[in-house]
Amino acid sequence: MNLKPETLARIDEVIPHYASKRSATLPLLHLIQEDVGWISKEAIEWVAAKLELQPINVYEVVTFYPMFRQKPIGRRHIKVCRTLSCALMGGYKTCETFEKEFDTKMGEVSPDGEVTVEFVECLASCGTAPVVMIDDELHENVDSAKAKHLCGQIKAEASQRKT
Amino acid sequence: MIQPAKPDLVTVNIDGKEIAVPKGTNVIDAARQVGVDVPHYCYHPKLSVVGNCRMCLVELGMPAVDPVSKAPIMDPATGRQKVNWIPRPQIGCATYASQGLHIRTQTAQIKDCREGVTEFLLINHPLDCPICDKAGECMLQEQSTGYGRGYSRFIENKNVKPKRTLLGPRVVLDDERCILCSRCIRFCKEVAKDDVLGFIDRGSYSTLTCYPGKALENNYSLNTVDICPVGALTSTDFRFKMRVWFLKQTNSIDTESSVGANTVVWSREGVIHRITPRRNDEVNDTWMADSGRLLYKAVGAENRLASKETLDALIASAADVLTDAEGAIAVVGSGRSSVEEQFLTRKLADAVKARVFLVARSGAGDGILISSDRNPNVRGALITGLIDKLPSERLDTLAGGIDSGEIKAVISVGEDLTSAGITPEQLGKISIVHFGTHANSTSDAAKVVVPTLTVFEKAGTFVNQQFRLQKFAKAVPAKPGMHDDLDALSRLTAAMGGASLPSDLHELWEVLTKELPALATTTYRTLPETGLLLDATPWSGLRFPEGETLHFKPAASEEGVKA
Repeated sequence: MNLKPETLARIDEVIPHYASKRSATLPLLHLIQEDVGWISKEAIEWVAAKLELQPINVYEVVTFYPMFRQKPIGRRHIKVCRTLSCALMGGYKTCETFEKEFDTKMGEVSPDGEVTVEFVECLASCGTAPVVMIDDELHENVDSAKAKHLCGQIKAEASQRKT
Repeated sequence: MIQPAKPDLVTVNIDGKEIAVPKGTNVIDAARQVGVDVPHYCYHPKLSVVGNCRMCLVELGMPAVDPVSKAPIMDPATGRQKVNWIPRPQIGCATYASQGLHIRTQTAQIKDCREGVTEFLLINHPLDCPICDKAGECMLQEQSTGYGRGYSRFIENKNVKPKRTLLGPRVVLDDERCILCSRCIRFCKEVAKDDVLGFIDRGSYSTLTCYPGKALENNYSLNTVDICPVGALTSTDFRFKMRVWFLKQTNSIDTESSVGANTVVWSREGVIHRITPRRNDEVNDTWMADSGRLLYKAVGAENRLASKETLDALIASAADVLTDAEGAIAVVGSGRSSVEEQFLTRKLADAVKARVFLVARSGAGDGILISSDRNPNVRGALITGLIDKLPSERLDTLAGGIDSGEIKAVISVGEDLTSAGITPEQLGKISIVHFGTHANSTSDAAKVVVPTLTVFEKAGTFVNQQFRLQKFAKAVPAKPGMHDDLDALSRLTAAMGGASLPSDLHELWEVLTKELPALATTTYRTLPETGLLLDATPWSGLRFPEGETLHFKPAASEEGVKA
C-alpha cells in the first residue's frame, strides 16, 4: 500500500478511538479512499491485516456502502446533481457537457485521467439549480456554458501541472 | 403454578407444559425437550446465535407481580397467577430460559408470523423443489409445507444471482436458493477457524461468496453443506447423484483417527452414496472431517481382495502353513480392527503361542476432529489385552526376529508389513497368512490370503481416544468371496487347537463381557448410540500421542505436572 505519511499517521491515530479494533474499519476505509481515491483489493487486505480481521470481513463492508469505490477514479470527481430541481433546470444537459468535454462516459475515468463524471442525489442547493460539486467545491447555476468554462479551468490546470 | 426448581435449573412453561431446564438454555432447545417444535433456519445448537431468519418467533410472558409488594397478582377467573404477555413476538433462539418464563408457540399471532416469514423467504427462492438436490431434507421445504400458502402472491420478477459458484473443491453454491441464514459463515469462522465466507452487496442482492482469490478448501468444508437449511450449498461428490429418501441410514464411526467421529452411512441397494456426521455432544458435536466422508470409496476399490475358495479351504491351508512353522509364529494385529476382532486376534495368538505386534499410524493432528493417532482403535487393543504397551510405527523387533530365523511365519491381520518397515527380502523368508481388504505387497507375498470386510460391511465396536466404546453397524452386505473377520479368526483359532469361540457378534459379546473386566457392564446390544466411557485408569501410565482436539484434552504429561 502506497499511502501518504499523513494518512498513515491519521490511521494510527484513529484506531485507538474504538474499544475494539474492528470498529475502525469504516474510518480506515474512508481515509484510504480520501488518499487513493478508491478501495483496491490490496487496500482491503491491508486494512484487514491492520485490524486483525480476515479480508472477507472488510470486503463485506466495502460492498455494502455504494460510496466506497471499488474502481479507480479520475484526479477530480465531478458530481452532477440529478434530483428534481436540478433535473428540471437542465442537470442532465450539464452532465452531458462534462462527458463530451472530457470524452468520457458516466462513472468512468476520462482518457486523460483527469476526471470521473457521475450523477449524485440532492446537493442541497435547489435554489441555484443545476449544481455541480467538483471534489469538495460546490458550483452553482451550472448550465452548459458554465460547465464548459469549468472544464476549461480543469484542463488548464492539468496542462500547467504537466509543464 | 410454577414450582421452585433445583438451583441450576429454571422452570419454564411451554404451551402449558412445565419443564425444568438449565439456566441459559434457549427457548428452541427447551421447547424441543417437551416435544414442541419451534421452526428455525439460522439457529444451530453448536453455533453462535445471530437471530436473522426470524422464523422462531414465539410469544413470551412472565408471571405478574405487584410492582411494590412483589406479591403475585392472581387472576380471579382461573385462580392462577396472571401472566403478563409481551404484546409483540420475540425470537426464541436469542431468548434464554429464566425462572417462570411462559412461552406460547401455537397462537394465531405466531402462526401468522411464521406464514409471513415463510412468504418473504420464498419471494426470491426458486420454487423448483422437484429439481433441487436438497429436496427431502430441506428445512425450507418442510416449513413451507407447514406455513406456506401453496401459491405465490409475488408477481414481480425474482432476483437473478449466480447459480453454480464453486466455493471450493468440494462445495458448490447456488446463490438463488440461499436464504442468508449465515450458518456456513459462522461455521467457517467458529469451528473450522477459516473465515473465508461472507455476504457481499448486502441488500436485495445479498450474495454469499468466498473472498476473491481464496477458496473454501479446509478439511471441514462439507459441514457447511450439512448445516445449509436449503439447497444452496451442495457437495460436488453427492450432488444430483441420488434422492435422499431412497437412502438407508446406518450409524457408523469414522475410522480415520482415534477421535472416532460418529457418522451416518447413507446407502441404497448395497451401494454407499455418502457419509455424514451424526450428533454426539461428547465427541464430534455435529461435525466431521471431509477426508472421512470419502472413506466409503474403499468398498468398491479396484484392488479389493476376493477369493474363489471357500472360507473352510482358506482356513485349512492357513492352518497347514502355521503348523509347519509351529513355535516360530508372530501375529501382527491392527489398531484398525474392531474390539471384537482384536479379542479374537489375541485368542489366535494364544493358540499358536505367537508374539503380538501392532503397527502405530501417526500424522499431524488438526486440533479439531483428526487426532495424531490415525488408528481408530489402539485403545481397544489395550483393553482386549492384545498389547500391553503403545505400538511403534515400525516392526523392527519383528524384522530382527525374521533375520535371525526365530520367526518363520507371520499372521497379518489387516496390516501391510512393508509399510511398517519389513523389507521384501524379509517377506520372502517367511510364510505369511494375511487377513485383509485390499491388495498390497503383503497380500502379494502371502501364502494364504483371507479377504475380509471393510468397516461398512460389518458390525463392531471401537474405543476412541477418550476411552469411549462406540459401536458401528453393518451398512451394506459383503460381496461374494469376502469373509467376515470374526468368522475367519474364530475358525482359524479353532483349527489351531485354540478355544472354540462364537463368530456371531452378540454371542461373542457374552464372552467379552465375562473375560474382559473393562467391558463387564455392557453388551453390543445395550451399548448406547453415543457410546460408553470406559475406565481408563489401568492405562493412565501410558503416553498416548494425541494432542488436544474437540472435546478431548490429553492427560497432563509427567513433565508438565512437574513444571
